[in-house]
Amino acid sequence: MQVPGQFEYERATSVEHAIGLLDRLGDTARLVAGGHSLLPMMKLRLANFDYLIDINDLHAELGHITVEPGRIRIGAMTRHRELLESPDLRQHFPIFADAERVIADPVVRNRGTLGGSLCQADPSEDLSAVCTTLGASCVIRGLDGERVVPMEDFHRGPYETAVGDAEMLTEVHFPLRPGGSSAYEKVERRAGDWAVVSAGAAVWLQNGVMTDARVGLAAVGPDTAGLPEISQALRGREPSEALYEEAGDIAARSCDPATDTRGSADYKRHLAKELTRRTLRKAVRRLEGRA
Amino acid sequence: MKVTMTVNGEEVTAEIEGRLLLVHFLRDQLGLTGTHWGCDTSNCGTCVVWLDREPVKSCTVLAAMAGGHDVRTVEGLEQGGELDPVQKGFIACHGLQCGFCTPGMMMTARALLDKNPDPSEGEIREAISGQICRCTGYATIVRSIRWAASAS
Repeated sequence: MQVPGQFEYERATSVEHAIGLLDRLGDTARLVAGGHSLLPMMKLRLANFDYLIDINDLHAELGHITVEPGRIRIGAMTRHRELLESPDLRQHFPIFADAERVIADPVVRNRGTLGGSLCQADPSEDLSAVCTTLGASCVIRGLDGERVVPMEDFHRGPYETAVGDAEMLTEVHFPLRPGGSSAYEKVERRAGDWAVVSAGAAVWLQNGVMTDARVGLAAVGPDTAGLPEISQALRGREPSEALYEEAGDIAARSCDPATDTRGSADYKRHLAKELTRRTLRKAVRRLEGRA
Repeated sequence: MKVTMTVNGEEVTAEIEGRLLLVHFLRDQLGLTGTHWGCDTSNCGTCVVWLDREPVKSCTVLAAMAGGHDVRTVEGLEQGGELDPVQKGFIACHGLQCGFCTPGMMMTARALLDKNPDPSEGEIREAISGQICRCTGYATIVRSIRWAASAS
């Protein structure tokens, strides 16, 4: 029987209350949202805390998808199912639905949250790769107000984030630019598993030329990695199979996978290349209305 | 700590440890052993119950988290002495073999039918994709859920 170590359970009634508790309790306390990453870690005693602060009552405040001119704001308590079912995200960022369909399973998706996924900072976690691909920014609130951290600085290494002891992630912002689409692909050992490798791509086209392109990879390094070299190679060029091949070669060369039970480093490099090609192709086809 | 929640329509109050998981609270403290305890890792789905009408894996929810909320277990499917169509479907179509995955399957099925009364076979398979039947009796489980959809 797996049970977490002993802890005191507290329930936060507001963001301010949660931050106040974190401030008072220090690094012996941890926030719990959906709990589907944290509780399994605690059951295995890989994580132990003296206090758990339940923030599920903050869903009304932090569970939202808000479209504004130039950006979409998503609250940290927005659950996987809400990300999957959102018509706004389907329209603007189809990468979310692609990714959500292969994250865990529908019952787990009823509980897990965007903020929890990002704060877990697992290098093979799919929503982190989505946020990396889309160039998201993380809003972190503390006692003295908010600060905004770009996704590339949010993860400080496996299971470590930029969020301080008396801070919490409250929102994630996604820049919204016209003429763009996106896609996500994952190879897993079995349905609902962590990725062997996954890739996200976002592209923006104007008059048949890529004005920008971004690729993010999961499970091929210590963080979900954005690949700026691909963006540089693709900007200003017309989409073609040869170009996707070139981007795939950069992805295979730039990533740093480890051989483990999910596959050899060589196999993962192969997947990084192939999934980069597939997601770029799919995102471009979506823009051209062919998928 | 003290926790109060509604389980199958009845309010219950109990003294619990913060670390107590909902599945153990239901089984060991309330005696509701219809909810099964399986893999303990949120993979198998036999522990699925409803939290505010949504299926959740109760091995990965703290009992304390259910405080103030509405929990429904497989014991609560039957209404007024009448089995739920999902339960009847599992009988009619041989949806249970060893029966271990059955409670979770039925709770997920009922939630699916409440949202989508006429699901396709593909939609049923998607909905129960977080549940494992180690008898591999998926075909009859899907047939049982379709039976329930047709009978409602």
